[in-house]
Amino acid sequence: MNGVRAEARIALAIAGKDALSELRGRHAAVSTLFFAALVLLLFGFALGPDSRRLAEAAPGLLWLAIVFAGLLAVGRLHLVETEDDALEQLALYPIERRAIYAGKALAGSAVMLVLGGVLLPTVAILYGIDLAPAVLPLLATLLLGTVGFAAVGTFYAGLTVRMRAREVMLPLLMLPIVAPLLLAAVQATGAALAGDPFGELGSWLQLLAVFDVVMAIAGAATYGFLLED
Amino acid sequence: MKARILGVAAAVSVIAAAAVGLLVVPADLNQGDAQRIMYIHVGSAWVAYLSFGVTAVAGVLWLWRRDPRFDAVALAGAEIGVLFTAFAIWGGMMWGKPVWGVYWQWEDPRLTTTALLLALYVGYLLLRRMTDDPARRATRAAVVGLVAAVDIPIVHFSVIWWRGLHQTATIGSPDRILNPAAPLVFVSALVSMALALSLAWGYLMVRRYQLARLEWQREESARMGRIVAARAPGAAGQVAP
Repeated sequence: MNGVRAEARIALAIAGKDALSELRGRHAAVSTLFFAALVLLLFGFALGPDSRRLAEAAPGLLWLAIVFAGLLAVGRLHLVETEDDALEQLALYPIERRAIYAGKALAGSAVMLVLGGVLLPTVAILYGIDLAPAVLPLLATLLLGTVGFAAVGTFYAGLTVRMRAREVMLPLLMLPIVAPLLLAAVQATGAALAGDPFGELGSWLQLLAVFDVVMAIAGAATYGFLLED
Repeated sequence: MKARILGVAAAVSVIAAAAVGLLVVPADLNQGDAQRIMYIHVGSAWVAYLSFGVTAVAGVLWLWRRDPRFDAVALAGAEIGVLFTAFAIWGGMMWGKPVWGVYWQWEDPRLTTTALLLALYVGYLLLRRMTDDPARRATRAAVVGLVAAVDIPIVHFSVIWWRGLHQTATIGSPDRILNPAAPLVFVSALVSMALALSLAWGYLMVRRYQLARLEWQREESARMGRIVAARAPGAAGQVAP
């Protein structure tokens, strides 16, 4: 039990360090946010100006923006570790590697949650959607979706950070893996916005939760191998 | 030499099974000649899934034993799996156009799952290209193969739900050919092609494995050569840090 608590403390320390560096290096986080908002704006140009069509497509567009910006966010959380060989230092500490993974994933989730929290009202404004009646289910979807994305993204960012053509390899390897997450999150968001007329919201949230748990376990179990080399 | 015998046996049986599927079995009553694509399509898909299963298991064995032979098996499985997956998708599209009226049917969970499968393992192969050190490459590939194998059931479920929870138009199940009511000739054509393709798969696996072993040895000997050259007298200044 003690070991688990120690690992949790390490994970929180790493997450705290990452959150602090994100806060201090604000321009990077702000650029990611701005990029995501820009994506939403461009979707408007691509599918508009019919506002009904935009409102219909809004759940999918929202999650695509989260996915694209999330790729940048999780990539950056590992990229900063390559400066001054910080990742090697981290790997040399006599701690469980899964604690490092958990810390990084936690920081990634937090960053993405903020991202999603800003994008949700942006979608509402740009595409003319009323969020008020569905706030709780939307937040639940956002939480489960971003945690799952961070769980996968932390693994793949750790994999690709020291690889050639890293900028291409991260999305290339990761996007097919998060396809079920995208699907479930979009369906859950759509159901929540429509007032869940078919009672399917719960099933999609469950699927997201299963995805999160499975990917977090797989990531925690294999992340250590990535730091080895 | 044994591999060559397997190769000849595979070639002969694929030709024989193709002859059965094209000449012996009558055309399907509803789907016409297009249905003959199913014989090779189902066999390819089966062999593709088999390959990826082999890759996942071989990757785990590499992480456990660190034996380069397991990595060679994993590579062979991924490469041949991608080949047969692409072939299965292509065959499915050729069949889908006359029977469904479209090449791509989003409501078919198998098609969407298989397309993602192809993307996952093309990424796996590219990842191998991007890593130079053989042991590091094997480890990275093994963990990616593992995560992909974990992801596939979730993909499959999500796509089934996607269709199921939506209750959109139900398309007739694409391969009723495996149901017990199907005439024996159809089933025998299907099974014989699946067996023939399994033989061909075995032959390709053996050859690709042998090639991968040779590649690994060449990489190792090139590295040893560099070390020997660096240690040679007069080359002291060039020793890598």
